[in-house]
Amino acid sequence: MMIRPYGDTLNDGAVQMSFTLPVAHSAKADEAAIIFGKKLGFKEVEVVHSNPLSDEFTFFVVYGKTEISIDYDKVVVEEVEKSLDFYGVNNFIKENIKRKIVVVGACSGTDAHTVGIDAIMNMKGFDQHYGLERYPMIEAFNLGAQVPNEDLIKKAIELKADAILISQIVTQKDVHIQNLTEFIELLEAEGLRSKMVVCAGGPRIGNKLALELGYDAGFGRGTYPENVASFIVEKMHERGVK
Amino acid sequence: MTKSKLNLDTDKIAKARELSKQITAPVQKYIEKHTTVAIERTTLRMIGADGVDSIGVPIPNKVVDQIGDNICYGATKYYINALLKKGLTPEELNIEIANGLDIAKIDFVDFSYIEEKAQELVEAFATKVKANVAYREEKVNKYKEKENSPLLYLIVATGNIYEDVKQAQAAAKQGADIIAVIRTTGQSLLDFVPFGPTTEGFGGTYATQENFKIMRKALDETGEEIGKYIRLVNYCSGLCMPEIAVMGALERLDMMLNDSMYGILFRDINMYRTFVDQKFSRMINSFAGIVINSGEDNYLTTSDAVEKAYTVTASQFINERFAYESGLPAKLMGLGHAFEMNPDIKNGFLLEMAQAQMASEIFPEAPLKYMPPTKYMTGDIFKGLAMNTLFNFIAKSTNQGILLLGMLTEAIHTPFMQDRFLGVANAKYVLNNIADFSDDIEYKKDGIMQTRAKVVLDETIEFLEEINKTDLFNAIETKMFAEVSRPKNGGKGLSGVAEKAKDYYNPFYTYLENELNIVKEGNQL
Repeated sequence: MMIRPYGDTLNDGAVQMSFTLPVAHSAKADEAAIIFGKKLGFKEVEVVHSNPLSDEFTFFVVYGKTEISIDYDKVVVEEVEKSLDFYGVNNFIKENIKRKIVVVGACSGTDAHTVGIDAIMNMKGFDQHYGLERYPMIEAFNLGAQVPNEDLIKKAIELKADAILISQIVTQKDVHIQNLTEFIELLEAEGLRSKMVVCAGGPRIGNKLALELGYDAGFGRGTYPENVASFIVEKMHERGVK
Repeated sequence: MTKSKLNLDTDKIAKARELSKQITAPVQKYIEKHTTVAIERTTLRMIGADGVDSIGVPIPNKVVDQIGDNICYGATKYYINALLKKGLTPEELNIEIANGLDIAKIDFVDFSYIEEKAQELVEAFATKVKANVAYREEKVNKYKEKENSPLLYLIVATGNIYEDVKQAQAAAKQGADIIAVIRTTGQSLLDFVPFGPTTEGFGGTYATQENFKIMRKALDETGEEIGKYIRLVNYCSGLCMPEIAVMGALERLDMMLNDSMYGILFRDINMYRTFVDQKFSRMINSFAGIVINSGEDNYLTTSDAVEKAYTVTASQFINERFAYESGLPAKLMGLGHAFEMNPDIKNGFLLEMAQAQMASEIFPEAPLKYMPPTKYMTGDIFKGLAMNTLFNFIAKSTNQGILLLGMLTEAIHTPFMQDRFLGVANAKYVLNNIADFSDDIEYKKDGIMQTRAKVVLDETIEFLEEINKTDLFNAIETKMFAEVSRPKNGGKGLSGVAEKAKDYYNPFYTYLENELNIVKEGNQL
């Protein structure tokens, strides 16, 4: 089946657009908007509204009709692995784990840079993505920077942590690899490795490296709090944690 | 102020104020006994310490590091001593310090010389700031008629100060009264203020004195062109609260985001550090005629806006008390709140309006800052625009002072230029169309809105009583605010707090206390 946008008649191809051009408001600017619409492939392009935003910018509301159509039968959607959002994570915990979960995070070893762990854990979060502290179903403890691995484990036991997050920003001379390895070894020596979800994070830490080092996951640049939360709760559920 | 629409019990309001006074009293006692690295750096900046060394360490930080534990005596005398001993101006001394001079190692001159010089330096600082206050007053009065009521507040956040200037000037021309330059992510956690103009940031632009200067100049130019005084806002929060305040005072900023507890709850900054810092920052803001904006809106992005409305009101009372204790008058208190109820709630509009009207009746002189919907904004920009219209309606009809304009693309990206335009156009339509609505209506006796306000005020008093029972420090530790626990000795910045020695010396602090008629907890009113 071939389809096209629908305005008020099947196949009319009507599209509504709004955009700004970096020119002063004038008849010439309106004409430029029409030409731009035509270049996009639209017919019957109409500027229905234009307004100056400043001496150098003009805002347009434009309608056009397109002759492009697509074959709906041939549309295939790729199944992407989708992370739960803030609400999804909390609901998932309520429905599947049925209690608050405890997440402990730190910048362990000698690393003094808390920007990564703060972005994931702090209430405020970053880029409008709330941090784990704001999740009603997560008890989040951010231990800060330069936490010795032994202390981190001790604290995780004390708080009955379900998951541990380790952030490593400094990667000079592979100091992060030594530190991350030491942590996992200590955790295994305590017999706790299988009881907790353990994740590493940092700008140079990918999932592949983290898995190699014995972590459940690694989170690199561009990770948001909900990505980490999502992974933790799904992993806990997969392991049958109640 | 028009007569009460909500029929609130004035005895209850007085009770809430009395409770807030009791709650903040022990904190004031703590504040009076302590200084912080940030306060000392601030004082140094007031004298003239500025600039950075060859690896970018700011001079005020360098000096405080040199003095070390002796900051309990105040950093001022070390710096002034160095000025006298070396016979230099602050500019010259800054260069010497950048080149490695350790001023903590210089023998002291007779203290009377330091006091004499201090008086001269305090006066020089005060003269500069007073000139800024006078300039602002003159321009505001001159262009009063063109101002919107409430004042329309727009945000720019490109990361590049020069790009911010373009967007800010455009926003001013579109009708904004106030421009806020958002800070880059994480600046609040830096224990120093970066230096110079900056062109890179994440989600915002670094707050530096040079960036303040650049934006101030640009907005003054645009203001003169369109016949309006454009107010400039930045963030007096985080680990450098008072330092940013003094930079704002010197560069004539007009408003500062400045909350007594925000940093503790939402940035995990140590509570002792925050309390001590917030007081000095507010003293400076008050002296410089800068309107503070408190951050109560943040509670509602964490908690449910219907169930936890009382936390907003309680925080407003506490912020008001802390502000009074810093000598800040009500007309400079932009106490915050927000329109964050779930749009699916039946009669949600009435609950929002009751809350906004209540704030306006409890704090009649304060230019309340009303924040737009964010939590329930989606990619549906058309619904977003409708929600912003209802928000604008409440802002105007309940006499809010500062209207932070909602962006229809809130949940999608940082605003396009056109989004700001649509935000201003929406607000102007509402402001004009319902200009005298507030004067023309009364609320139904014991109706939904009056009942709602009564319930929230009762809950507020109950909450303040609980806090008072345990004390504010414990209340924060035991999750009574924003559902987060902040241990007394946890968080960032505690190591920067020092108990003042008996002969602690800070002539700038003392000057401001006197100028602002601050009553000390020791000899309570």
